[in-house]
Amino acid sequence: MGFLDSILGRTRPPAADLDALFAVPQAAVSLQTQGFLPTGQGAVCYRSGEGSAFSSTETQIEQLIANDGTSIERSDDSYGFRWLSVTRQGQDVSGLVTDLHAANTSLVDSGFGQALLCSTIGFTTPDGRPMALVYLFKRGTFFPFVPLDGQKRDNALELQVRGIVDADLGVESDLSKWLAIWGAPGL
Amino acid sequence: MARTRFRSDRGLTLRMGGVGLGLGALYVAFGAVLIAYSNMAVGLIVVLGMSWGQWYFSDRLALASMGAKEVSPEQAPELHAMIDRLCALADMPKPRVAVSVTDMPNAFATGRSPSHSAVCVTTGIMQRLDADELEGVLAHELSHVANRDVTVMTVASSLGLLAGFITRWGMYFGGGGNNNRNNNGGPAFLVVLLVSLVVYAVSFLLTRSLSRYRELSADRSGAYLTGRPSKLSSALVKISGDMARIPNRDLREGAAISAFFFAPAINRESVTALFSTHPPLEQRLDQLARVSSELSEPI
Repeated sequence: MGFLDSILGRTRPPAADLDALFAVPQAAVSLQTQGFLPTGQGAVCYRSGEGSAFSSTETQIEQLIANDGTSIERSDDSYGFRWLSVTRQGQDVSGLVTDLHAANTSLVDSGFGQALLCSTIGFTTPDGRPMALVYLFKRGTFFPFVPLDGQKRDNALELQVRGIVDADLGVESDLSKWLAIWGAPGL
Repeated sequence: MARTRFRSDRGLTLRMGGVGLGLGALYVAFGAVLIAYSNMAVGLIVVLGMSWGQWYFSDRLALASMGAKEVSPEQAPELHAMIDRLCALADMPKPRVAVSVTDMPNAFATGRSPSHSAVCVTTGIMQRLDADELEGVLAHELSHVANRDVTVMTVASSLGLLAGFITRWGMYFGGGGNNNRNNNGGPAFLVVLLVSLVVYAVSFLLTRSLSRYRELSADRSGAYLTGRPSKLSSALVKISGDMARIPNRDLREGAAISAFFFAPAINRESVTALFSTHPPLEQRLDQLARVSSELSEPI
C-alpha cells in the first residue's frame, strides 16, 4: 500500500500467495509422528463473484480436478463464501495439495486471485476429533483450527500444533488473524 | 505480479490529483499571505492543533457523537465474522466494531490509521439490508479505512478551517489590540481578511469535490473486494430511498460527521450537487455497473 495509492484512493486488494502450500506434506509428516492423521480431505474457500467469467472459471476448475479421479463438492456458507471441497483416496496429502494448488492457480490466472480467502487441509487429532490446518492466502501463513461443540475452539491443542509444525511451515504469528471457520466442510 | 481484475479509474485518479494539487497551491499561497501580512502564528497553531486532535481522536470522537457502542464478538457474532473475513481478504488489521442504536440506516468508518480505526453500523441499516448488501456496505467502509480517507480529508480541510476561523474571528486578533505605533495594521489586516474569505470559499468547494471522489473510490474498491458490485448498488438504492422518507430532525443530528457516512445525511432538496459530500446516486450506480461488466469480461 503505497503513499500515492492512499492519496489517490486506489489501494487495491492484495494478491494471493500460492506456493507456500507445498510445505504442507512435510508438516503432515511431523504431525503424523505426533498422532495427527491426515484425512485426505481439503478445501479452498473463496468469495464467489458475480458474472459469467467467474462461473466459467469454477466449471473449469471442477473439470480439471475431477479428471484425477478424486471427489469434489461445492457448497456455500452463510457468509456468501464458497467452499470447494476435495477428497483424495488413501490420505494422500501431496496429491491433495497438488489439487488445491491447481484450483488456486486457475482462479489466479483468470484474475480472481484476490477472491481467495483460505484453504484447509483436514486432520484427525489423536483423540479422534477433526482438525484443520488453515492457509491464509493473503498472509501466506498457516494456523491450526480445532473446533469444539458450541462454537468454541480448543486453543490449547491449537497452540500445541503450532509447536509441532513451526519448523515446517510459516505459522501466522499474529494470533488475532487465526480466523474461526465454523462449519467448514470436513470439520 | 499476479494478474488481477482490479482496475483503477484513470479519470477519477486524475481529477483527484488535480483537486489535491489545487488545494496544495491554494494553501501555499494562503500561508505566504499570512506570513507576509500578519502575525497569525497563534491562530495557526491553535487551528492546526485542533485539526490534529480531531484527526488523532477521530475514532473516539465520531463514535461518541453518534452515540455508538463498541460491540464484542460475543454480542454481534455475525457482524464480527463478516468483518473478519473481509479483513482477511484485504489483509488489513481488523478495525473496532461499533453499533449505534438509531433507526437512520447508515454506516461509517473513522480512525487515524488502519490500525486505529473503527467501523460503525446503525441498527437501522442492519434491519433494512440483507447479509450480502450489508457486506457490500462494510467493504465500502473498509475501503475508506484502507485509503486513509480520514487523514486525507483532515489534511485537505485543515487550512480551510484556519481561513474560516480568520474570516469569522480574525477581527478580534489582527485588527484591534495594537496601539498607535503600528500604522499599517489596518490595510494589511484587510488583505488577510479578504484572502481568507476567498481561500475559505474555494477550499470548501475543493474539499467537497475531493470527498465525492473518495466516495467513488471507496465504492470501487469495495466492489472489487467482495466481487459483487450489484449488491452494493441494491444497498445504495434501498438506503437512499429510505433516507428521503426520514424526518429532518433525525437527519440533522448526524450532520456533524456526514462526510464519512455511507449515504449523506442531508436533505436532498436543500443542497446542490456542488456542495454535497457524496456523489449523486445515479453516478455511483453507473460506476458500479461498469465494475460489474468489467468483472464479466474475459481476461
